[in-house]
Amino acid sequence: MPTITSAAADAAETVNAVNENLAQLSNWFMYSAIAIYTLAFFAFCAEWVFGGRSRVAQQSAALDEVPVEVPAQAAAPVAPAATLAAAFGSAEPAAGAAGGGSVALAERPVVVVRDAGHDGDAADDGGDVTGGDERSDRFGRIAVSLTVLAFLLHAGTLLARGFAVKRAPWGNMYEFSASVALMVVAAFLILLTRRPVRWLGIFVLLPVITTLGVAVTVLYTDTQQLVPALHSYWLWIHVSTAIVSFGALHIGALASILYLMKDSYQKRMRAEDPKRRPWDTVMERIPTPASLDKTAYRVNALIFPLWTFAVVAGAVWAENAWGRYWGWDPKETWSFITWVAYAAYLHARATGGWKGRNAAYLSLLAFACFLFNYYGVNMFINGLHSYSGV
Amino acid sequence: MSIDINADKQAADAGMSTAPQPDKYDAGQSALGARGWLRWMWRQLTSMRVALILLLLLSLAAIPSSLIPQRSVSPFKVSEYFRNNPGKAEFYDKLQLFDVFSSWWFAAIYILLFVSLVGCIVPRAWAHSKALRTKPPAAPRNMERLPAYATWETDADAADVLAAARVQLKKRRFRLAPSTDSLAGEKGYMRETGNIVFHIALIGVLLAFLVGKLFMGQGGKILVEGSPEGFANSFTQYDDFQSGALFDEKEMEAFGFKLKKLDQTFERLGTQKGAPRDFEATVEYWQGVDGKPKTGKIKVNEPLQIGGTKVFLLGTGYALDITVKDSKGKVAYQGPVVFLPQDSNRTSTGVIKVPDVSRGVQQIGFDGIFAPTVSLDPNKGWFSTFPSLDSPALILTAYHGSLGIDTGVPQSVFRLNTKAMEQYKKDDGQPWAQVLRPGETEVLPDGSSITLDGVRPWANFQISKEPGKEVALYSVIAAITGLVLSLFVRRRRMWVRATAGPDGRTVVEVAGLTRTEGGGLGQEVQALVDDLRASAPVASSDGPASGAAPKSAEAEGAAKSVAADKKDED
Ligand code: HEM
Repeated sequence: MPTITSAAADAAETVNAVNENLAQLSNWFMYSAIAIYTLAFFAFCAEWVFGGRSRVAQQSAALDEVPVEVPAQAAAPVAPAATLAAAFGSAEPAAGAAGGGSVALAERPVVVVRDAGHDGDAADDGGDVTGGDERSDRFGRIAVSLTVLAFLLHAGTLLARGFAVKRAPWGNMYEFSASVALMVVAAFLILLTRRPVRWLGIFVLLPVITTLGVAVTVLYTDTQQLVPALHSYWLWIHVSTAIVSFGALHIGALASILYLMKDSYQKRMRAEDPKRRPWDTVMERIPTPASLDKTAYRVNALIFPLWTFAVVAGAVWAENAWGRYWGWDPKETWSFITWVAYAAYLHARATGGWKGRNAAYLSLLAFACFLFNYYGVNMFINGLHSYSGV
Repeated sequence: MSIDINADKQAADAGMSTAPQPDKYDAGQSALGARGWLRWMWRQLTSMRVALILLLLLSLAAIPSSLIPQRSVSPFKVSEYFRNNPGKAEFYDKLQLFDVFSSWWFAAIYILLFVSLVGCIVPRAWAHSKALRTKPPAAPRNMERLPAYATWETDADAADVLAAARVQLKKRRFRLAPSTDSLAGEKGYMRETGNIVFHIALIGVLLAFLVGKLFMGQGGKILVEGSPEGFANSFTQYDDFQSGALFDEKEMEAFGFKLKKLDQTFERLGTQKGAPRDFEATVEYWQGVDGKPKTGKIKVNEPLQIGGTKVFLLGTGYALDITVKDSKGKVAYQGPVVFLPQDSNRTSTGVIKVPDVSRGVQQIGFDGIFAPTVSLDPNKGWFSTFPSLDSPALILTAYHGSLGIDTGVPQSVFRLNTKAMEQYKKDDGQPWAQVLRPGETEVLPDGSSITLDGVRPWANFQISKEPGKEVALYSVIAAITGLVLSLFVRRRRMWVRATAGPDGRTVVEVAGLTRTEGGGLGQEVQALVDDLRASAPVASSDGPASGAAPKSAEAEGAAKSVAADKKDED
């Protein structure tokens, strides 16, 4: 008698089991994705290296680009040829107006945009990595293609895992890290369709490869089902929005870091006899500080409401699971800290005296809080939010 | 000239945001006296800079709570900390580091922030409500100095051009203010509205949180499956209970429930073997003093709502049905005993206290380990290899003497105080220890006996009532909505002027202004210009200018100075 009931229980419980083939496939996808991201990274490196050949021309350009008072991008659109189309980098037919004196120009009064500081056109400053070098440009395009390929494999990893366990693939730190890295790349690719940000690729791939590396070595866990506390659609809403937020905020943080570096670089160049640093060849080719700062702000501001929503969804879930929506569990506390830090950043941007470098430091501080909330709290601080198998 | 431009521009963007101006440090504050100082302090407190510092302080102050155990979260860990580092714990306790969220310093920061928020938001809301009733200012004299500008000449009549502009701006839902030769439009008031809604909603969240903490009452109760005595919601029935400062016992809702059945599933395969997969409690509950019993289900994440109270399933374990008879065969104890799981495979520990043995006989206490799937390891001893009842066994030792129950000192039901007790010994002098399977009976050296009648699961319920949850939720929804509006709506003004030029043609000027970051103003003005062309076609090019290029050199200078102004103002 007991054997029968036990066998029945066995049968009932294997329904939940994992499809091992798919799980295996998922792992192979992951290794291929990492390999191809790495290749893409080298291709981006090649883009920078070959683009650096015409260094002399760039150095003088870099010095030109350091006006004392007016941000460089503010002056450009004032030139008569700065039609709207040109200012926005769009390939609209009206751009033909640049032909000057043509009938089209006469018929279409064009808007002169002069205060780029408030109009945000600066964000279209795409830097100049290739320096007009054809080989460099080819490598750049190869790098983007490889990134897209790796992105597809990377997405395949998570899809296969999801199908293997028949749930969303965000159940443990390994899966969460892989998803966040996917969102970093997604944010970059989306940005790439709208703005000339290929120069950012090399910087984006660094955290992506690192995150995936840590995920497969330190955080790896086999496919598995979830503990009952994690069965809640609110949890899925919470986790998915947190993943998108975390992924996109990587881009904001990168932009802030690059802003600080470029800003220092420009200050150095303004000195009488500027000292040169080895990484200046990178610095002189990335966009202006104003443009980087704006990119950081846009990403952070765009994501802040989503991240707020993610925290709220977490609170709703906590209410369902534990009967209280906010209990100052370490994870909750650090979410609060992160949220307040980003709010401080947004305030800083709106306040005199805190703009510029100070705001960028705040942006990085806020991102560091996010990182700590993920790695630090999950791995070193015990709370209710323990993930199954790490 | 430069003053002129500034005045012109200031008039054009007057009242576009109620954001406070950058703090001014005027000298000679000390001459102001006490009232002047108070006013100065208030201005500082409600300034953005101080709000920013308070925000940063608030997050800084929250950090210790994640590194040092908190009384409100894990009182047990706090007492452990006291035991391990008494000196440090004492010091921390003086600084209220075990009670961060009820400490005076945390309260000081958030109260200041709260005051700052109110002091900031009330005048802004007032200013904005006035701005909502004010028409946009008339076109500045020098429109070409505005951030987005276009001009051209047309043969159309000035009045017709303005009429067409009015139609276009109306279509775009601009608020309009016409004057003789120009038209002013403004749009995007929702930005400021959203910002104010967001900040007010934050106050709402904070208040709801406070109300919740003050009036909340919640407690835990363990129920054994199938036990006839269930739970009735009164203070004395709880295993433990916490409440806010203003909680009123008389307000507790009348209801109760019994645990009819508890289903548990665990992972059988793979590395996660033994991990819980699904728990479901079937309960019979009633509401009101003599409400009809209804059946309900409670799962992890799926609480049961009874009136304004919610019942959550927090944990499960096993209870053992035990019968103890004394040496004369009289039942001395009978009932389910709750054992507490110690590991993920439910190796559980518990004690059985038998105070009412026949007169003259000492009291008996059993100390036990229960394993649902039993295994014996030479080093670890008895333990469980799986959380389901595959091969259950109870491993017991026993004591006789005084349980210490009658001393009046409260005792844990999960721990045996053996200070006044002696362990039963076997004939060979070894401590008495036995393994009991369900249905088996063992006899103690003194002739008493213990029977394991069966094993039943228990469930730990949390019963909680926290008012203000709805207010918190609605406030949060309002906050997010306000936030989205305040970050993504662009407040902007547009002007169209049409005047008769010296050559008899009409000069059209279109300009736009925004203080908001984010692109698109140029595009928007261009779209308006393109739409206006239908009614005001560009005059054929025998005229002096095609319009595209403003008087180039001078305009460039102007543009630069506008940009520089902007920088200063920020
Ligand atoms: C928990 C506290 C607070 C949070 C989370 C918070 C959050 C925010 C956010 C996200 C914004 C939008 C920023 C933007 O438009 O770029 C904002 C704007 C603003 N906040 Fe706060 N805030 C808080 C407290 C305060 C306090 C205490 C004050 C008053 C001193 C204040 C004054 C303002 C002002 C004036 C703006 C508008 C800035 C502008 O229009 O450019 N905030 N706040």
